[in-house]
Amino acid sequence: MGITRIKHVTGAITRLFLGISLWSVSGLALAAYELNFQKPVTPIAEEILDLHNLIIIIVLIIFVIVFSFMFYSIVVHRKSRGYKPAKFHDNNTLEIVWTIIPFLILVGMAIPSTATLIKMEDTSESELTVKITGYQWKWRYDYPDHDVSFFSTLSTPRDQIENKTAKGENYLLEVDNPVVLPVGKKVRFLITANDVIHAWWVPQFGVKKDAIPGFINEMWTRIDEPGTYRGQCAELCGKDHGYMPIVVEAVSQQEFDKWVSLQRNKAVAAQASAAQKWSKAKLMARGKQVYGQCAACHGANGEGVGPFPKLTGGKITTGPVADHLKIVIQGKPGTAMQAFGPQLSDVDIAAVVTYERNALGNNTGDVVQPSQVKALR
Amino acid sequence: MATATAHHGAHPTGISRWLFTTNHKDIGTLYLWLALILFFVGGAMALVIRAELFEPGMQIVDPHFFNQMTTMHALIMVFGVVMPAFVGFANWQIPMMIGAPDMALPRMNNWSFWILPFAFVLLSSTLFMQDQGGAPSAGWTLYPPLTIQGGIGTDFAILSIHMLGISSVLGAINVIATILNMRAPGMTLMKMPLFVWTWLITAFLLLAVMPVFAGAVTMLLTDRHFGTSFFDAAGGGDPLLFQHIFWFFGHPEVYILILPAFGIVSQIIPTFARKPLFGYNSMVYATASIAFLSFVVWAHHMFTVGLPLAGELFFMYATMLIAVPTGVKVFNWITTMWRGSMTFETPMLFAVAFVFLFTIGGLSGLMLAIVPADFQYHDTYFVVAHFHYVLVSGAIFAILGGAYYWLPKWTGHMYNETLGKWHFWLTVIGFNIAFFPQHFLGLAGMPRRIPDYALQFTEFNQWSTVGAFLLGFAQLLFLYLVVQTIRSGKKASTQVWDGAKGLEWTLPSPPPYHTFATAPKVK
Repeated sequence: MGITRIKHVTGAITRLFLGISLWSVSGLALAAYELNFQKPVTPIAEEILDLHNLIIIIVLIIFVIVFSFMFYSIVVHRKSRGYKPAKFHDNNTLEIVWTIIPFLILVGMAIPSTATLIKMEDTSESELTVKITGYQWKWRYDYPDHDVSFFSTLSTPRDQIENKTAKGENYLLEVDNPVVLPVGKKVRFLITANDVIHAWWVPQFGVKKDAIPGFINEMWTRIDEPGTYRGQCAELCGKDHGYMPIVVEAVSQQEFDKWVSLQRNKAVAAQASAAQKWSKAKLMARGKQVYGQCAACHGANGEGVGPFPKLTGGKITTGPVADHLKIVIQGKPGTAMQAFGPQLSDVDIAAVVTYERNALGNNTGDVVQPSQVKALR
Repeated sequence: MATATAHHGAHPTGISRWLFTTNHKDIGTLYLWLALILFFVGGAMALVIRAELFEPGMQIVDPHFFNQMTTMHALIMVFGVVMPAFVGFANWQIPMMIGAPDMALPRMNNWSFWILPFAFVLLSSTLFMQDQGGAPSAGWTLYPPLTIQGGIGTDFAILSIHMLGISSVLGAINVIATILNMRAPGMTLMKMPLFVWTWLITAFLLLAVMPVFAGAVTMLLTDRHFGTSFFDAAGGGDPLLFQHIFWFFGHPEVYILILPAFGIVSQIIPTFARKPLFGYNSMVYATASIAFLSFVVWAHHMFTVGLPLAGELFFMYATMLIAVPTGVKVFNWITTMWRGSMTFETPMLFAVAFVFLFTIGGLSGLMLAIVPADFQYHDTYFVVAHFHYVLVSGAIFAILGGAYYWLPKWTGHMYNETLGKWHFWLTVIGFNIAFFPQHFLGLAGMPRRIPDYALQFTEFNQWSTVGAFLLGFAQLLFLYLVVQTIRSGKKASTQVWDGAKGLEWTLPSPPPYHTFATAPKVK
């Protein structure tokens, strides 16, 4: 570990200094300097922005007044200017004044804050409910009224993260399956987690809430403008905390209905395909895709990452098929190896297990069918 | 008297002097050196973090190691730098300021220091256990269930936290016993220097909350290994219980990290303004009110966990209230400067920067108290900026200022003023380049504790990294300066600073090994 890591670090430091010099010549002109919140698209986010702006202005005024005294004093009351020190050291009136005035300012701030907070916490009379579940490291969305449910995972290719290809516009803020919500409707979210605490946050909605395993939190939003809105997990949830973005597509009610029926059709098609017998080639192709979720811990080539075990020549991946399926379906309690049974379809599990046993340097020749997965569930 | 001096004069030399010492000055020195060493260790970790965040994409470390760095950086800076440095100041200064010959419990004093190096060896050794999961990586807040997933490093961290807790509690007992029992005749409580007052209050905070923290991590340990489910909903527990207990410790803890800094600054400003501290009494009351309020605001760290509305309102109002006594302190410092006859030696520069920059952190803290807005700020770089403004330009600046202020007294040598000013300006510029842009990053939506980020956050992160390296390397100058002052430098007078008041300035520089064997009279 020692020497390669040192080489790694020195290489990185060289790149860092190279980067600094490049950056300083390439100029600040191209830079994106966002100074405030992203553009709000819900009434609550709008109110929060107004509140934030109000408070920042009050705070800045106080700051400027208070410190103009200090800087005046620093300039004028100097020994080098021959200024003689005054003797005073107490004044109760002054102490009372500067206790009461800030208190009154605080009361002034608390009133609008309380009003906004009460609105934020009112989840009643919602028109649509979406259940959000945090997983290490992806989100699951359920629409209980529409019988739709799916996982949403990062779709930025690993090559971009590893600096092998140029980064796309929405680097780290793009997913395979975005959440689709109708505009102008009060949407209530029920939020929980499967493993550790996560937090669901879309800045433009002004919505952030922790997803806590074993508990259900509530929050709501009403999106005014159609569009694509992006956010991230906001609570440290382990290794890939930085890699579980949120993408929301806000669409008209008609488009939303269309999307719902499309999702249902997809589910039916998936069930049908699970009943078929799959060829090895098809399983391998699908498995390679699914393996993207495993690569975060087990490495793009099955080499393992840090404490997470390698799959190349691994005890599980080259041992009995049933054991392999079991650990994928049930996970390993107390570790980050979660139960993928409830998250992946029979086809996906069959495909990824086939892939792991015949790629990543393994060559067991086993072909696992969706029906085998179903039997073990 | 004569025999006592002869007996005490024969103290061991070399390594055994430091291992067996019960002398408050030696122990103070040990604490301060430990803090300085760990300052560089924790700082190096911060630079790993900032180097990785210089550009989007993963360049230097993997995300798991990145999380270890953020966790260890915080644990080391909080428990290994700021807290030991303050105890170092307390050891050196409290006996000299109240006219006591030593701390009340000198042997315990030795023990409370010597626990620390072992605790930090234990904690740091986890970095070399990468195959077993490495160092703790769930953040210094150690939230379960994530902490439950951690490797053996988490258990090492829990054990070292227990050791740190024992050390802090022993130190706190010692400070309280010393201040309450060993003041020179005439040194009434309301005549004590403000540094002593702030430490007395801090010591009570430590006594109250360190055992709570020990309890919380013990519950983590039993959840991890002994089949309990305090924090596991599947077994009838509650992950949020940990957060409540942790922040019941954690919020008073942040005042533990800042009250002694208030004390140091309250010593420095009157000296260089050549004018007594304005509003001494209200400063004492403000410190006590801040300490009291710190026990009823903990859930402001948890506004997004799904508290009931009434809870959110209570914790919002209580938190906003802290701005009042904190404001009183700032106003008093500025009024102390007002119509003084000021000079700006390095300690004063750090103290003035403290007042100015700490207030920025205080005001962003007030913004964070506003619950609706906190839903946007929470767990973003805005919070990271906020707590670095209160902890670096707050606690660390006060420690550096205090070191310059008392170093001539401790060593008997003046430090190099030109170098001191260079150190100050590089530090203050580096600090602001590193942390001011983080406010904007947070507002624009960058979550904290991520190893990689979306492209729109690139520019400010680059500023931040450049500033962090400047800030980090400037501290080498401080190390050089301290060593230079110890070894050489102009002889310091007894008074050192012409405006300095207090018992420590009646002692020669450096003070003899034992001071105030006969208590001084205080008018």
